[in-house]
Amino acid sequence: MSNTDKRSPLLIKFFSSNIASLIFSLFLGLFFGALSLKLAGISPAEAAIAMIKGAFSRPHYLAYILIRSTPLILTGLSVAFAFKTGLFNIGSEGQFIVGATTAALLGISLHFPFWIQIPFILTVSSTVAGIYGGIAGFLKAKYQIHEVISTIMLNWIALYFTNYLIFIPSFRRPNTETTEFINPTSSIELFSKWKESPEGMNWLSAHPFWESFLRPPVNGGIFLAIFAAIIIYFVIRKTTFGFKLIAVGKNPDAATYAGINAKIKLIQSMAISGGLAGLAGACHVLGVSKNIALLASFEGYGLDGIAVSLIGANHPLGVILSAFFLGTLKYSGQKLQSTLQAPSEIINIMIGLVILFISVPKIAHAIFQMILSFKNSLEKKI
Amino acid sequence: MSDLIFLINTALMYATPLILVALGGLLTEKSGIINIALEGLMTFGAFIATLIALKLNRIDLAILGSMLSGAILSLLHAFASIHLKGNQVVSGMAINFLGPGLSLFLCRIFFEGSSMTPSVPSEFKIPNILGQNLTVYLAFFITFLLWFIFEKTVVGLRIRSIGENPEAARSLGINPIKYQYACTLVGGALAGLGGASLSIAIVSNFRPTLVSGQGFIALAAVIFGKWRPIGTLFACLFFGLSQGFVIFVGGNEFLQQYFSIPAPLLALLPYVLTLFILIKFSGKSAAPLALGKSVN
Repeated sequence: MSNTDKRSPLLIKFFSSNIASLIFSLFLGLFFGALSLKLAGISPAEAAIAMIKGAFSRPHYLAYILIRSTPLILTGLSVAFAFKTGLFNIGSEGQFIVGATTAALLGISLHFPFWIQIPFILTVSSTVAGIYGGIAGFLKAKYQIHEVISTIMLNWIALYFTNYLIFIPSFRRPNTETTEFINPTSSIELFSKWKESPEGMNWLSAHPFWESFLRPPVNGGIFLAIFAAIIIYFVIRKTTFGFKLIAVGKNPDAATYAGINAKIKLIQSMAISGGLAGLAGACHVLGVSKNIALLASFEGYGLDGIAVSLIGANHPLGVILSAFFLGTLKYSGQKLQSTLQAPSEIINIMIGLVILFISVPKIAHAIFQMILSFKNSLEKKI
Repeated sequence: MSDLIFLINTALMYATPLILVALGGLLTEKSGIINIALEGLMTFGAFIATLIALKLNRIDLAILGSMLSGAILSLLHAFASIHLKGNQVVSGMAINFLGPGLSLFLCRIFFEGSSMTPSVPSEFKIPNILGQNLTVYLAFFITFLLWFIFEKTVVGLRIRSIGENPEAARSLGINPIKYQYACTLVGGALAGLGGASLSIAIVSNFRPTLVSGQGFIALAAVIFGKWRPIGTLFACLFFGLSQGFVIFVGGNEFLQQYFSIPAPLLALLPYVLTLFILIKFSGKSAAPLALGKSVN
């Protein structure tokens, strides 16, 4: 320690900050990811070029990254919000499924004008998912059942129940393992009608950038997701409700002593968390997939949400950035497969490594210390 | 009678990987280290076992390899959470990305870009003794062994004391760090073995959806079994039995005639049942007191 004290305090301050640790974690994760590629006989430089090209070289690649990042922002927010109250919501996966299924079933059966239809479906889907998330909060508050175990069970229940609903004759698309498509008035895809109209096609052929950008199902979900992040930021930072949630997360006993009903707060927190994950599912169905299919296993939206939340330091604005980061990695990772025949799973290895480094508090400072002591021991030997 | 045997066999088949993985988690958590990494460890063990069985054609090495791979992956979790005093939930979660990521990465490299391995010939699978896989007996034996260690030996007492109060243990001259490392590594080895008991015993290849969530079920079984080996064993058996029941009812023409429950609704039954049993037996948490707290 005495050795570090002599050096510029600014340097030490930087190395012990959270931002430095995050940057270090990202850097180390990417570095060891590159090393694994090298060990597998794939050139990391070529892989990096393929990924950067695969992510940014065409307008519609950018559009796909936006589409990919939308559910990540919302599930990331879902996990981050529950974390604020000290809850580990592994159940985003199931809540996502509940939101998606509700949206699909309503989107197929309702025939309102779009300005009623869309807000209605989004509200109901996230409410249903919120109630579903609230169950885990209730089980914790009333019966002290750990939210990790209850949400694991609830995830499977959501999966199989959806698989049951898909086969109900009025929803099922005959001879497939999917539902019918939602009504066009339920779609939140942007300019979907205009894109196919003669004047739209004319305009697009004259504007190649937009022609390419709008080819994928670009949808309103991204605005909704960013808007949700801002709302959550204000709820956490600027309201007494948010303050109480954080108080319960930091110390439930102290919060109870201060007159906060910690049990109700647990349920509310899980419900809001579930609602956010449900909104992700609803946006995915109304904007991208337009129907739901039989699920053989989980698609990993919940797990990705955990990664986004951890890399985003459980901060709503951090979540937006980390969702774009992961969305870009995941989308461009696919390009590794198609261009270099390199396994796209390298992305999951990188994400795992980044999270591993994030788990260590002040990793930058720890490494800084390690290097110093190593240098000291070298100097002593000389 | 044959129905009963069918039910028991299916129950044991489902329960065995869960038991092995859950015991691994139990051992780690008894020493005070949270092990949310079971899913990742199990996946990696399942893959490495298949890889060795296919490439080296040696079942003994395949079993050993699955245990070693689980231990090595656990070493990352141990180093981050014990040595560097990291957040144990977060570093465990990291393993859940690394395990499947590494497995599929290596799978694509060793098997021409495929995310699925070819089938392991039956002579290189885990041997079947008296109608049950060797791993079934192993699961029961290891349950007994862990019970014996925790209840009857000094080592077990030390592990438990570290999980409850590491500082008190240290004041008696026990080195908590050493025991925590050992428990995390052996726990990882058991989780890896659990993966092998799935990939080269029950089925005969590795595929991305093979494990899909069973590691998390095993984690639930540890909590459900109140952090006791016998309790955990019964939690897994209960789970296996309810899965067996689902298959039994689903495949029984007589029952289907009268009830005709759609298959997906049957499939969600075990999870609903688990929740209800948890409610019924809820109460004070039985987790080790110092679980998740870093030791200085």
